[in-house]
Amino acid sequence: MTGALLANAGPVSAQQQDILFLSTQLRPIEEAQKVRSVILKDFPGKVTYLVEEPPAFDVRMKAEGQAGKRTISVAGALHGELQPLVTSGDLTPIDDIATKLADRGIPANLMELGKLGTSSQMYIPWMQATYIMVANKKALPYLPAGADINALTYDQLEAWGKALTEKTGKRLIGFPAGPKGLMPRFYQGYLYPSFTGGVVTPFQSADAEAMWGKFKGLWQFVNPNSTSYDFMQEPLLAEEVWVAFDHVARVKDALTQAPEEFVTFPAPAGPKGRGYMPVIAGLAVPKNAPNPTGAAELIAFISKPETQVKTAAEVGFFPVVKATLPADLSPGIKLIAEGVAKTQNAKDALPALLPVGLGDKGGEFNKVYSDTFQRIVLRGEDIKTVLASQAGVLKGLMEATKAPCWAPDAPSQGACPVK
Amino acid sequence: MTLRSRLLPYLLLAPSVAFLAALFLVPLVQTISLSFMEDGTPSLANYSRMVSDINFGPAVRNTFLLVLTVVPIQIVMALAMAMMLQKLPRGRDVALWIWTIPLGISDLAAGLVWLAILQDRGYLNSALYGLGLIDGPTAWLTYETPVALFLGVVVAEVWRATAIVLVILVAGLQLIPKEYKEAAEVFGARPWTIFTRITLPLLKPSLQTALILRTVLAFEVFAVVYAIGGTNFPVLVGEAYNWQRNYQNTGVAAAYAMLIVVISLAATVVFLWALRTKPEQQP
Amino acid sequence: MIALRRTVYIAGIVALCAWVLVPIYFIALGAFGGRIGVFRWPKSIWPGDTSLAAMQLFLQVEGVGQAMVNSVIAAAITMALSIALGAPAGYALARFTFPGQNAYRLLILLTRAFPLAILALPLTVAFIRIGLYDTAFGVALIHTALALPFAALVSASLFQAIPRELEEAAWVFGCTRLQAFMKVVLPLALPGIAATAIFAFVISWNEVFAASVLTVRNRTLTAYLLTVLAESPLHFRFAGGFLLIVPSIVFIFAVRKYLFAMWGIANR
Repeated sequence: MTGALLANAGPVSAQQQDILFLSTQLRPIEEAQKVRSVILKDFPGKVTYLVEEPPAFDVRMKAEGQAGKRTISVAGALHGELQPLVTSGDLTPIDDIATKLADRGIPANLMELGKLGTSSQMYIPWMQATYIMVANKKALPYLPAGADINALTYDQLEAWGKALTEKTGKRLIGFPAGPKGLMPRFYQGYLYPSFTGGVVTPFQSADAEAMWGKFKGLWQFVNPNSTSYDFMQEPLLAEEVWVAFDHVARVKDALTQAPEEFVTFPAPAGPKGRGYMPVIAGLAVPKNAPNPTGAAELIAFISKPETQVKTAAEVGFFPVVKATLPADLSPGIKLIAEGVAKTQNAKDALPALLPVGLGDKGGEFNKVYSDTFQRIVLRGEDIKTVLASQAGVLKGLMEATKAPCWAPDAPSQGACPVK
Repeated sequence: MTLRSRLLPYLLLAPSVAFLAALFLVPLVQTISLSFMEDGTPSLANYSRMVSDINFGPAVRNTFLLVLTVVPIQIVMALAMAMMLQKLPRGRDVALWIWTIPLGISDLAAGLVWLAILQDRGYLNSALYGLGLIDGPTAWLTYETPVALFLGVVVAEVWRATAIVLVILVAGLQLIPKEYKEAAEVFGARPWTIFTRITLPLLKPSLQTALILRTVLAFEVFAVVYAIGGTNFPVLVGEAYNWQRNYQNTGVAAAYAMLIVVISLAATVVFLWALRTKPEQQP
Repeated sequence: MIALRRTVYIAGIVALCAWVLVPIYFIALGAFGGRIGVFRWPKSIWPGDTSLAAMQLFLQVEGVGQAMVNSVIAAAITMALSIALGAPAGYALARFTFPGQNAYRLLILLTRAFPLAILALPLTVAFIRIGLYDTAFGVALIHTALALPFAALVSASLFQAIPRELEEAAWVFGCTRLQAFMKVVLPLALPGIAATAIFAFVISWNEVFAASVLTVRNRTLTAYLLTVLAESPLHFRFAGGFLLIVPSIVFIFAVRKYLFAMWGIANR
């Protein structure tokens, strides 16, 4: 195995010029091993690939900065996880690397995201993913008449869930609403955009009221274990649920284990379109990184088309550069690729960006949506009252961060308004 | 008393005080000031946010319910186990070894163990199914079954953390002079009388230690609770972790931390007072 | 009548052993049951098609050996430090009445009552500055802070239970306080202190959060496994969980003599 001797690596000597690559992505043991033994295998230098959960990542990056002793040379994390590091001054602008990689064909809007609201490049897009729906083929006969699985509406999903519950006696739709689940992204990227055409501005609009009423209706057919699910792959494999929504990386195991049992398709559409949220992971260089040259070389290597294709084939995250996926992808990865393509190419697709400009308030922003869900759907509180009180919290957050609106909300001067 | 012997206890305490001051008091003071700050000015904003949060009420309620249920069960169980051990003619070391195994099991591993048993397709449901009590996989750990969920958490906590009480009590029991018991037996005291009149009172220092440590730790545990209960069973420390790690709001997290410290200290003071041993009562 | 009581008594002991062991057996089944075993319904309580795949993958992971060495070093330092600092404090609490006694008890409990996550950031910064970051010694310092309250309180209750008269008798025979302590008190307290040391070891062995925040490459085993474990598929988590339980079973077995030795004095 090349490089990547995690705990084995001794103290770094100046000659070795080891590159410490700390990532919040590709953490599970199999994925991390693939990064070390396949994806980074041909990199000419010495890389140590380390993984860390986002909170510990944040603590470490900030602590190293405050103490002025940096060990990490490359940081790989989600857009939203890198943003707080801009606020705390722990990232260094990498416009020079961006210029060198200009010919890689990274879409301009992705590069723009990489500026994290500043005027210079703070990260280089690394890989992308999104959320899809997965269904067990056993659920397909219960689809409501005339429904196209690749162009479902929320009404049809509810009817589907109802039919499943009535015929099997079980609640077979699942959502990842557990403590580590990614459910807030469902509200921000899927539910709200589809019903209200926005995320922040129409938070307590009449559309939003109707939406929560609908979602409450749908929830009758959702497995009550959902509030413990962090990853949907296990309940899918266990057939605790037959229809599930989650991040591609979190259903991948089910799809690669039993590709013949599942189909993938886009999330449903509401009156305003089919909301979906592209997920971007980026590579950044910390301020005072011990090996900036090595970092630049590593980033250039990772954004090579070959490496990007390898990443897709091995771990199911898709290229950010111009690259063609090989035809001989494994069946599970192929299912993911299909689901992603159907989502992106849907006629009514309505892309909803990741929150921009919230700094380290991203977690509290998520909490507004989770709490609203908890109160309305699980505790049965009055929709209007809940929306009014949570809108107050949301307003406070937006004003404190002065974050302008992001798509699909209409652009704003100054802090994004909550109507 | 000479000056030297009056100073001795302080000399004995000094190293540990210095150590804890360096590692805990300094960061603690930082945290206290953090909890009373909002944008650099003193304020109670963090506390009011904490109290008005939707999980605050349930977290307080759940934490107290859990501590009040788990700690007494553990004390009674550990006492019973310790007394049983004392009478065991053979195989004491094997029994003690097995009973203290959970001592070495981490939160996360314990949470996993009980998840494997209590989940829909777990061993509990398999057994119930085998007995014909349920028709198929049944969910016990959801927001719709709060009582079963609570019992699940209690069982897991009792399994995981009774051993520590046991060891403290066993260590205390063995120091009770045999003569007291023998004397009581000579006067014809029944085993129960010996237990309540001699063993329990003499065990007071150990019971106090066990109660304080267990209570303080019970207020702190959350990994097991999260493994089993997900978001359905908020507890105070879990909320502190959430505010710190997920919402990145150190101020509110610090407020929660202060609340936990105050509650733990209050419990400690109560135990110190209720189970105090006067010097003249010492054996 | 006596036979019946005896049967109930033995049954009770056996039931309590099963209460501890059966859950561990179940996680072992999960660990060796492979990916498919996790989802089988209804589950059999007998080992079915076992697979070593998940276990093997864990054992192949680079650095597990080194991480285990780090864990042992950190735990051993923790053990030594918490006894060295805690036992004298325990003796002082047990033998003297002095102003500030209860304040001290509160202080040490305060440290235990304080959620570790909140302390992580200030401590990490300090550790990087003084060069303790990413060392087993640094981890051991934090773990000592966690184990010290146990060491002090448990040894206090130990010393308290050792009759004062024994010590006073030694003074009468011309021993100094130190000699009396060494010759009379210490031998009596030693098994209990050994048990306290075991606590300290176990606390360090199982602690995850501080260990993973304070190290980059010199990870302890638990910190190392748990970061990869937390979000792995279930059968991996069972394998990892089992792997974490095994050392504690072995360790407590290895030191059971000390645990058992606590009974030695009772039969004096």
